[in-house]
Amino acid sequence: MLEYDFMRNAFAAAGVAAVVSGLVGYFLVLRGQTFAGHALGHIGFAGATGAVLIGMASVWGLVGFTVAAGIAIGLLGEHVSGRDVAIGVVLALALGFGLLFLHYYTAFAAQATALLFGNVLAVDRSTIVTLLGLGAVTLAALAAIMRPLLFLTLQPELAEAKGVPLRFVSTAFMAIVALAVSESAQIVGVLLVFALMVGPLATAQRLVAGLWSGMILSAVLALAEAWFGIAMAYATDWPVSFCIALLSALGYFLSRGHWPARHSAAAQG
Amino acid sequence: MSVIALDHVTLSVGGRGVLGDVSCAIAAGEFIGVLGPNGAGKTTLFRAVLGLIRPDAGSIRVFGRAPQRGDAAIGYLPQVRTLAPDLRVRGLDFIASSVRGERWGLPLRSRREREAVEKTLAAIGARELAERPLAAMSGGERQRLLLAQALLGEPKLLLLDEPLISLDQHHQESVVALVRGFARERGITVLFSAHELNQLIGALDRVLYLGNGQAALGTVAEVMTAPVLSRLYDANIEVVRADGHIFVLSRGRNVERSDHLHDHGHAHGRDQHHHDHRHA
Repeated sequence: MLEYDFMRNAFAAAGVAAVVSGLVGYFLVLRGQTFAGHALGHIGFAGATGAVLIGMASVWGLVGFTVAAGIAIGLLGEHVSGRDVAIGVVLALALGFGLLFLHYYTAFAAQATALLFGNVLAVDRSTIVTLLGLGAVTLAALAAIMRPLLFLTLQPELAEAKGVPLRFVSTAFMAIVALAVSESAQIVGVLLVFALMVGPLATAQRLVAGLWSGMILSAVLALAEAWFGIAMAYATDWPVSFCIALLSALGYFLSRGHWPARHSAAAQG
Repeated sequence: MSVIALDHVTLSVGGRGVLGDVSCAIAAGEFIGVLGPNGAGKTTLFRAVLGLIRPDAGSIRVFGRAPQRGDAAIGYLPQVRTLAPDLRVRGLDFIASSVRGERWGLPLRSRREREAVEKTLAAIGARELAERPLAAMSGGERQRLLLAQALLGEPKLLLLDEPLISLDQHHQESVVALVRGFARERGITVLFSAHELNQLIGALDRVLYLGNGQAALGTVAEVMTAPVLSRLYDANIEVVRADGHIFVLSRGRNVERSDHLHDHGHAHGRDQHHHDHRHA
């Protein structure tokens, strides 16, 4: 199947997005902010359709809207009551705007499906270059704040006492999540970003307890699920995003079945 | 030179006055039991010493200078410990995250830092916790892990905010003895807040009793008297000594104890661990 250009492009694009999503998602799951990650995908939909409407590439609308929304969510703070409600209202509004923008765009159906569910087989070379550039920026930013982010995530009170700038670090992290969501949405679409951003890391965290082993395993799982998903789609002619989502869910539920036995043994021992 | 010196300090949180015009000095190497009812200002005082809040009036000196946020010479165990119940991170990574965790970059640990973590864990007999995920630890084990982290980095001053909460009596005694021994060996000054004096009575040098916006610092014999405590509780207090224990009673009710139960019901209701309230 690698003799086809579009297949090679699909593997390359999915590989870049999967590794970025896997690493960023590890911290998203650790911080219990998966809902915010989900919301960013929906908000990105409005950005993507808006960009298409004014003749820009959808990816830049996606990046612009999600990063702005990510910064706004970060500024709302960690403990604001009703924060999730506020995010929920905004994400519904964003989807509504996305629909409105599509309403004025003539090639309605194909464009909407591609944005919502992804279309990795249509990825071209220039998109891969964009994905690589975005991915590099995302990972560089994550590497820069990783140490205080981890401290803040595990022990917020102590981190504050030790001088970690809480608001800045958590806001920067949401901007990083927004970039990763934009990457991931190029592959599996805004509705299925969870398949790459949450599934693999939730699985990894159930299998290993080490920090680095968890991060690496989650990136490897995301990559494996993305690539096997594409291969599976090639063999079965099912949509790629479905295959990736299926593998992601399978991995998670298999690890859940595996974990409780070890967990109770450790608690007793 | 005093490690901590409060000079006519007034502290408030969110517009509510907590301490008013308090002066006291704590010398190097002292083990101070910090007591008082809920809301008396124990946590607020710690946060002021850490430089997280500024006094409305008066001055605080820590090691002879104004409190600095992120002072490496202070080991701190916060009271509100937000621990996600299913955190699948192992003990070593959890503690190591606090080692210079405020710096930018990747959370890579040098060999020296890893050895320091392991040495501290060993010193408090918690080495086996390094490889276990937090999710699989009991309340007592988590508490020991947090204590190990407060002791990391050779602090000169320890601020331990209610480290005995959610521990049964046996674990309480071992934590107090552990801190006492560790601090005495290294000449560390300790501020140890607790709900009941009896939890600390054999270990402490002096008592800092807060209440009613005021503070009393002195030996057990000086502070645990009816006139002093009546002023701090703003009520008629009777102090009863029995069998090496001291009970603070108001109309026959043990005020330290009832306060403790009250606190568990609210602040720690989400904590799933079994609490043992029978200290006597």
